[in-house]
Amino acid sequence: MNDDVRKQTGGYIGQSVPRREDRNLLLGQGEFVADIQLPNMVHAAFARSPLPHATIGDVDTEAARAVDGVCFVASGADVCAELPPINGMQVVTPQGWRDRVDTDILIPDQPLVPEDKVRYVGEAFALAVADSRYIAEDALELIEAELIPLPPLAEAETALATGAVLIHEHLGRNVAAFLHTKKGDGAAAMDACPNRLSRRFVHHRYAAMPMETRGVVAEYDGRTDTLTVWSSTQIVHWVRREISTALDMPEERIRCIAPDVGGGFGGKGHVYPEDILVAWLAKKLDRPVKWVEDRHEHILNAAHSRDNIYDVEIGFDDDGRILAVTSSFLVDSGAYTPVGAGIAGNSIAHMLGPYDIPHYETDCKIVLTNRTPNAPYRGAGRPEVGFAMERAVDLVANHLDLDPAKVRFRNMIPADAMPYEVGLTYRDGVPMVYDSGDYPEALNRALDALGGLDDIRARQKTALAEGKYLGLGIGCYVEGTGVGPFEGASVKIDSTGKIMVAAGACPQGQGHETVFAQFAADMWQVPIEDVFVTVADTGQVTQGYGTIASRSTVTASGAIKIASDTVQEKAFAIAANMLEAGETDLEMRDSGIGVKGVPDMHVTWRDIARAAKPGWDNQRPDGVEAGLESTSYYEPPTVTWAYAANVALVWIDPETGQIDIEKYVEVHDAGLLVNPSLADGQVKGGLVQGLGGGLLEELAYDDQGQLLTGSLADYLLPTASDVPPIEVVHMETPSPLNAFGVKGLGEGGAIAPPVVIANAVCDALRPFKAELNSTPVRWGDVANFFDGATA
Amino acid sequence: MTDRTSVTITVNGISLTGLAEPRMLLADFLRDELRLTGTHVGCEHGVCGACTVIVDGVAVRSCLMFAVQADGAEIRTIEGLATDGEMHPLQKLFAKHRALQCGFCTPGMLMTAIDLVDSTDDLTEEDIRVGMSAALCRCTGYEGIVNAVAEYAGKVHGKEGVR
Repeated sequence: MNDDVRKQTGGYIGQSVPRREDRNLLLGQGEFVADIQLPNMVHAAFARSPLPHATIGDVDTEAARAVDGVCFVASGADVCAELPPINGMQVVTPQGWRDRVDTDILIPDQPLVPEDKVRYVGEAFALAVADSRYIAEDALELIEAELIPLPPLAEAETALATGAVLIHEHLGRNVAAFLHTKKGDGAAAMDACPNRLSRRFVHHRYAAMPMETRGVVAEYDGRTDTLTVWSSTQIVHWVRREISTALDMPEERIRCIAPDVGGGFGGKGHVYPEDILVAWLAKKLDRPVKWVEDRHEHILNAAHSRDNIYDVEIGFDDDGRILAVTSSFLVDSGAYTPVGAGIAGNSIAHMLGPYDIPHYETDCKIVLTNRTPNAPYRGAGRPEVGFAMERAVDLVANHLDLDPAKVRFRNMIPADAMPYEVGLTYRDGVPMVYDSGDYPEALNRALDALGGLDDIRARQKTALAEGKYLGLGIGCYVEGTGVGPFEGASVKIDSTGKIMVAAGACPQGQGHETVFAQFAADMWQVPIEDVFVTVADTGQVTQGYGTIASRSTVTASGAIKIASDTVQEKAFAIAANMLEAGETDLEMRDSGIGVKGVPDMHVTWRDIARAAKPGWDNQRPDGVEAGLESTSYYEPPTVTWAYAANVALVWIDPETGQIDIEKYVEVHDAGLLVNPSLADGQVKGGLVQGLGGGLLEELAYDDQGQLLTGSLADYLLPTASDVPPIEVVHMETPSPLNAFGVKGLGEGGAIAPPVVIANAVCDALRPFKAELNSTPVRWGDVANFFDGATA
Repeated sequence: MTDRTSVTITVNGISLTGLAEPRMLLADFLRDELRLTGTHVGCEHGVCGACTVIVDGVAVRSCLMFAVQADGAEIRTIEGLATDGEMHPLQKLFAKHRALQCGFCTPGMLMTAIDLVDSTDDLTEEDIRVGMSAALCRCTGYEGIVNAVAEYAGKVHGKEGVR
């Protein structure tokens, strides 16, 4: 079936076309924000709070201003006098979601530099601008700020305690949002369940940690009253919108570009104060201004993620059929919550995963604390809820002495039940329907890649007899991808006949330029070299959304198609006029349009583009407007549902608790793969991030709200030697929801590894009835199961 | 401002001179003074390896070295790998094996790999994984990087891949 789709479209879609992005990057000719150097440019740096919660008293900037080479210093009061806070609700949820999910939302706005109090370690309280970053940092050292400590709200449960100090006094509470929803009879169904288990699951705090930190360069042109802003961001159109609001400038007078971006993974997926401040400084000082975050600053100040506590109850029958699930969970949002209820909304929608579970009820509190703001990171609510749910499924199996794989098969939605109505509402406001897929087959294939379930269990038994501990970990998930509200694209045929494509998507290494060229080359039946792609530039597409939430392949391809269809309709009318033929007799072929069955009667896109031009001697028929271009918007009907089964075999060293992953497998289905090699890279890269999160990475705070892991020497990213053998198997069940059958896949890999590792360790240590219900999975905790215990 | 002193280094075979404060990092000198922005700065504390360059034949973190310490040194950076627009074999292998996504770590990866392969003629895959752990990549999961370096090592040392 997939080959048929490919044949219809031409030939590039489905091929592992080499990346057009690679050459510049390999030659050292990429251009990242830090590489931009403009004449007369000055450098900004921020003074950041060493305290998690403090009232700001006097801020004396006199000495800093006096430093040679310093051109500007501002306190929070100076900034607040001129600039409004950034809107707390950068992402607005649609009415359809608010109608179907009970919500009580009070999201605080975020001051660009606060004047009254600081709310997390790393929040800026002043800034300096100087001839070099070195001098700007010298100036920061001389700023005398009186920070009067307030009691820290070091974690969510502290912030919820009676009598806790308020972090945002005007809200009157430390909860940004209460959410609640249910399916079937919800919690009421629990009483009828023959077996019930309750557990607390904790998913710790870690972060995107792209290798390029954030950075912004802005330049103001007073003659034209225009701003150009280069930001290392995933959402140039949002940045433009927020600068427009803050500086009271028309959006069309601001051009925001994301040049080469060195990874994002969600951490660059919303607007930060510095995006606006650097633009403001460039206009105010009338000089180009650059700010590039250093790594320590990034770890303190760029969004963190995860950090959830789940209290889950699961009800099931004696065969392991899950009848009801309830959960009550906390999201530690940190001091602000820039993407609002997005993470929690995802968690609520994804808890039931690939299983057919009739009753479900959940409530959530998004809690404001004195930690760094929490925003989506690859997976965005799914790894957290997936950890809770997939641990719970294993506990059901253990309770009944059944194989965890078999319990999963008993509960999975079968392929013939597709499309499957879940009975919940997605955060786009649309009732959830899993659109296509074969979940049990994915798990079957995954187990087969490890030798098959019987073989695995036999090996495990043999190992145990030898005093060795081998465990099978399983983690399955579904993922709503390609979410709206929309994406924009512009398609033009220029007078050389080349296809110019621009899209609102903002890649950070995914290879969008290559993938979008594949789409356009097939849509226009041209060699891929004839397609020119521009991304991440508001000057090229009027409205765009950006690259977050595993969405760009789905949404940008939709926009490119609508724009192309619109232009082609016109091109056919003009070609019919040129060829003196009826439009129904025409077909697209050989980089142009020809009369069916008549090889000689053909005009190229170049011919048609010239014929379409405004002015004398054009060849447009009456009533056809000049030009071959369209800017169009794709508004997806709802999300497409990718899914995967993850399995791993791990060995545990009883002496040290060392976890050695023999092999990790993900069977993944993201519909039709446009560029299989790039898809493979996305899934594998995500898996390694998930393994990092499950085993190594941790943003640890002490009970006073101090971050303890402020460098990459403390915050451990996976290295080449940490990565186990990984196999990724792709299934390709097309989505019925879009023209190409595609689904999104950027995030998926990162979702399951933490729970797969935890389940594998617990499986290996079944003789000890080991339970690991929190992340990260630490060797020391694993070793403790052996202390004083006998298998 | 502290006095700036003249620093002369030979970069990719060309002698270049610039001014540096004593505290200026070699990475910043290369990027901001000499405008060789191919070398990237990822952490400024010597962990990520993005700023790796080869100084007098040895791979070093240019964020942990002052520019003045490099006065008179011969330095090789990513800009010097290609010759006459023709990519270095390792650059080609990185493309072939999909060893980069965002490309930010790539300069440090390439310089680390060249140092590793040039300095050891009998690399196992394990050696490559350990050697390349000197540089962090957040996108790829390293499979393509390890495969590219393994093929390169095989070519340089005249062997079919690595053990």
